[in-house]
Amino acid sequence: MREIAMRTTPFLLIGGMIAAPASAAGTINVTIPQLKVAEYHRPYVAVWLEPAGGGAARTLAVWYDVKKGGNEPGTKWLSDLRAWWRKGGKSAKMPADGISGATRAPGTHAIPLPADLKPGNYVLAVEAARETGGREHVTLPISVPAKPAKAAGKTELGAVTLSAR
Amino acid sequence: MKRFSTRLLAAAAILALPAAASAHRQWMVPNATVFSGTNSWVTVDAAASNDLFFADHQPMRLDGVKVWAPDGSEGAIANGSTGRYRSTFDVKLDKPGTWKIGTFTSAVMGSFKANGEERRIGGRPGGGTPPLSVADIPADATDVKLTEVIGRNELYITADAPSSTVFTPTGKGIEFQPVTHPDELVVGEPASFRFLVDGKPAGGLKVTVVPGGKRYRNDDGARDFTTGADGVAKIDWPTPGMYWINASLTDDKPSAPRATQRRMNYVTTVEVLLP
Repeated sequence: MREIAMRTTPFLLIGGMIAAPASAAGTINVTIPQLKVAEYHRPYVAVWLEPAGGGAARTLAVWYDVKKGGNEPGTKWLSDLRAWWRKGGKSAKMPADGISGATRAPGTHAIPLPADLKPGNYVLAVEAARETGGREHVTLPISVPAKPAKAAGKTELGAVTLSAR
Repeated sequence: MKRFSTRLLAAAAILALPAAASAHRQWMVPNATVFSGTNSWVTVDAAASNDLFFADHQPMRLDGVKVWAPDGSEGAIANGSTGRYRSTFDVKLDKPGTWKIGTFTSAVMGSFKANGEERRIGGRPGGGTPPLSVADIPADATDVKLTEVIGRNELYITADAPSSTVFTPTGKGIEFQPVTHPDELVVGEPASFRFLVDGKPAGGLKVTVVPGGKRYRNDDGARDFTTGADGVAKIDWPTPGMYWINASLTDDKPSAPRATQRRMNYVTTVEVLLP
C-alpha cells in the first residue's frame, strides 16, 4: 500500500520557497504542430518535471478547455493525459494558479523553468492528447542549472527544447 | 444410451453451479477505470462466456451487484439492463477515490440421499423444483456432501486520486490486496498484487491472467502466475488493454455447518494503459 500513498501532493513545492537562484533560470519551448486534418481541436497539453532519481512529479503547465462547463466540463478529459494523470494530475486541483491555462494554438510556446527549482537532474515530460486525434508523450532528460537540450515528437508534438535563459 | 444420459445429467448439474465452477468465464468489463472529476459515470458490461470479452453466451444477473464507494458507504448501480447475451449498468462516481463494484456470493451446494433418491442443495432458482437448502435435509438423509462456495467478481474504478479503503479485507474467501494500485497499470511496469485467503497471505496460489480481445487473435493468451509466500503475484503486461484475472482454490476448511469442502473463486478485470 506504500506505493499508493506516496503518489500525492505534487504541487506543494511551489509555496514557501525562498531565494530564487539565478542559475535555475531556463526556458522550455514546446511546439504544437500544425495538422492538416478535417476536424481539428487544440490538444490538451501537460508539461511536468520528474526528478531523475524518482520522486514526486512537479507540474509546470496544463493547457485544457478551461471554459467548458456543464455536464461534461473541460476537466473531464484531463485523464486522457494519461501519463501526467498517473504522475500527479489525478491529485491536482484545476484550475491551478500559474500552471493551468487555455489550450494553445499551433506554434511554439515558452514556459519558464521555475526559479526555485533545485539544481540536479530531471526528466522533462510533455504530453499532448487531442480530441478525435492522437496522443504523444515526449521525455527529455535535463539538468539544472539549465543546459540546452532538445527532443521532438512525431505526431502530436513538435520540438521540445530547453534553453539556458 | 445410458452412458450418454448420465453424462447429460452431470453436465446439467455443473450448469446449476455458479459460473465460477463451469468452463465459462464470468466477467465484467468497464468502459474505463480512470476518471477525472466527480461528475463521471462508469458503464459496465457483465456476462459469462468463453472468450473475453465477447458476449455470446449468458448475461450476468445484476441482482447481486453491489457498489462500495471510496468513503466506505454503499453506492448503487443505475440504468441496469439485461439483454440476451450481456447485462449493462452504470455507476455514478460522485466521490473521489477508488470504488469497488461487483458481486460477493457465499452459498452451500451439494447433495444428499433420502429414500434412495439423490437430491441437490443450492443452485439457481428457477428450473423445475425450487432449490433445497441445508435446512431441508431430513434427519435420515445419507451421503450428505456439502461444499461451501465463496466467490467474488470485482471491478476497481478510480475518480481523481486513488484510495485504498475498498481493499480492506473482510477475512472471508479469496481477497485482493494490491501493492500496485490496480488503476495505475501501464505496459512495462510489472504490478504486484497480493491475494489473501481468510485474511492471510495466500502463498502458492495460481493466478490466471487473460487479455481481452480473444476474438481477434488465435491463442487464448492465458498466463498463469503463482503467488510467493507473502501472497504476492508479480504480473507484467505485454500490451495495453483490459485483462481478466482469476484465482480459485479448493480446501477443506469450510465455515458453513456440515460442509466438508470449500471452493473459493476470485475474478477481477483490470485496465492497462500505455506509459
